Amino acid sequence: MNLRSSLILREVCRLVIPAVMLFALYVQFHGEYGPGGGFQAGVIFAAAVILYALVYGRQKAQRILPTETVRYFIAAGVLLYTGVGVATMLLGGNFLDYDVLLQGHQQAQHLGIFLIELGVGITVGTVMIAIFYTLDEFCE
Amino acid sequence: MDIETIINFSLLTLLALTVIVLIRMKSLLAIALSSGVYSFLSAGLFVAMDAVDVAFTEAAVGAGITTILLLGTIAITGREQTVSKHKRFLPIAVITITGAALIYGTLDMPLYGDANAPIHTHVAPHYLTQSSEEIGIPNVVTSVLASYRGYDTLGEVAVIFTAAVGVLLLLGKTAKRGVRKQ
Repeated sequence: MNLRSSLILREVCRLVIPAVMLFALYVQFHGEYGPGGGFQAGVIFAAAVILYALVYGRQKAQRILPTETVRYFIAAGVLLYTGVGVATMLLGGNFLDYDVLLQGHQQAQHLGIFLIELGVGITVGTVMIAIFYTLDEFCE
Repeated sequence: MDIETIINFSLLTLLALTVIVLIRMKSLLAIALSSGVYSFLSAGLFVAMDAVDVAFTEAAVGAGITTILLLGTIAITGREQTVSKHKRFLPIAVITITGAALIYGTLDMPLYGDANAPIHTHVAPHYLTQSSEEIGIPNVVTSVLASYRGYDTLGEVAVIFTAAVGVLLLLGKTAKRGVRKQ
C-alpha cells in the first residue's frame, strides 16, 4: 500500500494533512459546543496519519509515530478515562461522578467531560493507527 | 411533498441501489469502495434527521477508516471472491424467513417522527430541557455521552481497546527487537 510515485499527490497531501490534524484537534476540543467529540476527533487524526503513511510510506510515518509509542497511547487513553473514574471515587463520589473534581458544579462537569473525551480521542486515534500499521506490516 | 421528504426518498433509493450493486459485484476491491459509498449515503440520511453527531461518526468511521481497513485486509487476503458451489436454496430460505421476522418485528414500532414514541417521552425531555443547567454545555449529545452515560462510553472505549488487542495478537509482530536494544 503505497502511492509514493505521484508528485501531485505528495504535494497536495503536504497541504492537506496539517489542516486535517488541526481539524481533528478542533473537533476534539470543541465537541462540547458543536458536533463531534473524542471518537470523531480520534478517527480524523488517525486518518491524517494513515494518509501520510499511504503517500510517503509507512516507514516514514513510523519514524514520527513509532509502533511502540502508538501501543502505549492505546492503553493511556483507557487509563485516563478509568483514572478519572477512580479519582472521583477516591475523592468520595461515585465512579465517574465529576462533581467532586472541582468546587463549581458546571466547572467540574466541564473538566470531567474534557478529560474523558481526551481519553476517548487518544485511544480511538491510536487504535486506528495501530490496526493500519499492523495490516500494512502483514502485507509485506 | 416537502424538500425533506424528497431528500430522504432519494437518499434511501440510492442506498437501496448501492446494496443491489454490492450484492452483484464479485471484485472485493469494488465491494469495499461501494460499502464506503453506502456509509456516506447513511451519513447524509443522519444529517437529514438532524443527528449530526451520528452523521459525523458514520462519515469518519464508516466511509473513511473502515474502507481503508477493508482495503488493507483485501491486500492480505486477495481481491476476488471465491464463488461457492453449494446449493442456494437453504441460504435464500434462511434469509427470507429472518427478513420476514425482522419486518414483522418493526410493525409494532412507533412511526418515524412520532412525537409520542416512548423514546421521546422517557428520559429525552429531561436531557433536552435540563442538561444545559445540569451539565452546562450546549451539545446535549456530548452531555449524554460523556456525563449522564459516561459508564456506557467507557464500555465503548473498552470495546475499541479490545479490538486493537485482538488485531495485534493475531497479526502483530512483537516489538522485542526495539525493546531489547534500549
